[in-house]
Amino acid sequence: MQREAGELLEFRDVNTHYGDLHVLKNVNYAIGRGEIVALLGGNACGKSTTMKTIMGVVRPTTGSVLFDGAAIERLPTAERVRRGIAPVLEARRLFPRMTVLENLEMGAYTRKRGADLAADLDRVYELFPRVKERRTQLAGTLSGGEQQMVAIGRALMAHPRLICMDEPSMGLSPLYVEQVFDIIQQINRQGTTIFMVEQNAAMALSIAHRAYVLQTGQVVLSGGAAELRENPAIREAYLGELQVAPTA
Amino acid sequence: MTTADVYLQQCINGLSLGAMYALLALGFTLVYGILELINFAHFNVFMVGSFVGLGTLSLFGVVPGAASLSGFMLAAVLLGTLLVTMVTSGALGVAIERIALRPLRDVRGPAAMITTIGVSYVLFNLVLLVLGADSKNFPTPLPSVSFAIGGAVLRLREILIWAVSLVLMGLLTWFVQFTRMGRAMRATAQDPEAARMMGVEVDRVIIMAFFLGSALAGAGGLMFGLYYNFTSYIIGFTAGLRAFTAAVLGGIGNVPGAMLGGLIIGLVEAMGGQLISASWADVIIFSILVLVLVFRPSGLLGRVAPNKS
Repeated sequence: MQREAGELLEFRDVNTHYGDLHVLKNVNYAIGRGEIVALLGGNACGKSTTMKTIMGVVRPTTGSVLFDGAAIERLPTAERVRRGIAPVLEARRLFPRMTVLENLEMGAYTRKRGADLAADLDRVYELFPRVKERRTQLAGTLSGGEQQMVAIGRALMAHPRLICMDEPSMGLSPLYVEQVFDIIQQINRQGTTIFMVEQNAAMALSIAHRAYVLQTGQVVLSGGAAELRENPAIREAYLGELQVAPTA
Repeated sequence: MTTADVYLQQCINGLSLGAMYALLALGFTLVYGILELINFAHFNVFMVGSFVGLGTLSLFGVVPGAASLSGFMLAAVLLGTLLVTMVTSGALGVAIERIALRPLRDVRGPAAMITTIGVSYVLFNLVLLVLGADSKNFPTPLPSVSFAIGGAVLRLREILIWAVSLVLMGLLTWFVQFTRMGRAMRATAQDPEAARMMGVEVDRVIIMAFFLGSALAGAGGLMFGLYYNFTSYIIGFTAGLRAFTAAVLGGIGNVPGAMLGGLIIGLVEAMGGQLISASWADVIIFSILVLVLVFRPSGLLGRVAPNKS
């Protein structure tokens, strides 16, 4: 892959507020082209707000968000999607009373009329043979794992350069979690940059190149995934390796 | 006329009323489906639509007392009037959304709904002020052809209402099911935030819902005039309340539900009027509304559980 100069997505000193509540505090991220970057942190630390700020559902009070070098923080959501940012939303958020196929078509909503969707559908069906089997079913009748596949497929239909994933493993059985993370890696190898919010830090660090750790709205740690895996603070807080005193 | 003929006749009448209520109910349901807003201005968009139809017919030279038309001229005049009425009413609906409702989009609570009541009264009083309180005669461009079915009579005006309603409902269903915009409307109704993140411009979807709903109300208003041969500034409230009941009965937010609810309310009105007395029609209709709200608040075709994915 040809490496272009500059980062694909950048947050520069971003602050966001919900009313009086200061959520993101001077946050800086830099997501390079072709990377998988994980965003780790506990509850209510600003992970979902980060995703909403990228998609334009939340506007920063100060600071700027750059995509491909251009400021996007004032752009409407539709324009961001058109420029190549696609979300995989928390809890999947499929349209429950539309068919799987219609959900996938919604992913391609901003593409030009008459764009060749057949080839993209084939690509999604190739990644997820299960989705092809279910294409005429209502999305609301699918299992959580199947819905996650449709949600990822729906994001791919937009031909994104960046996919923002909010908790892709949430509510899935371990088997599906493995599968979903495999697919994420596969999509990344085909050239799509991934920025992923994830509770399951062990899984996330196993596929990510780099990660940021967010705590009460501030980036407290960042670095390569391998390095973070060895960091004692991370091991204790996020990888569940607490020292348990042996019971007598 | 035998008793059976009387009921057959009431059935014909009921289906005609029902077709009109269905057209009107669709507007409530389209807007509610997307904004969860009950648009009481819709009552009087229907009323204004009947006046637009009356005005357009007179532009075509069809005035009360003029000879009826036939053949190609009749079809052309009716189609032209229908189109002008629908586009004008649709534009009125869009203007209401733009001027009165959009500024309140992010205001919580009943402010937007109360505003629609206000807009409804503005339309009502404007028509009263400009056109006066006396009811206006509608011309009868349709030749007085009728068919006898047993002892019952089927007139051309009933066939016209049925045909127009069927075609419009068919077009709406096609639009909502199979077009890109229709898909965006359904997606927005199911999960507005997710739809927005797919790149749907929700403002456009809302405008489309108001346009389509108001255009259908305009068509309903024109049908009302051609059916009853009059219109007046007061017709919005009765027809509007019955159509609203139809939308709730079918399951508000549900397009086939509004069509079904409209037909049921029309038939109940005609049959109930026959069985008891026409003056009891509203008592029966609104009793149904109360019963639906108590026993099946989601309506006949509505979802029992709220949006769960």
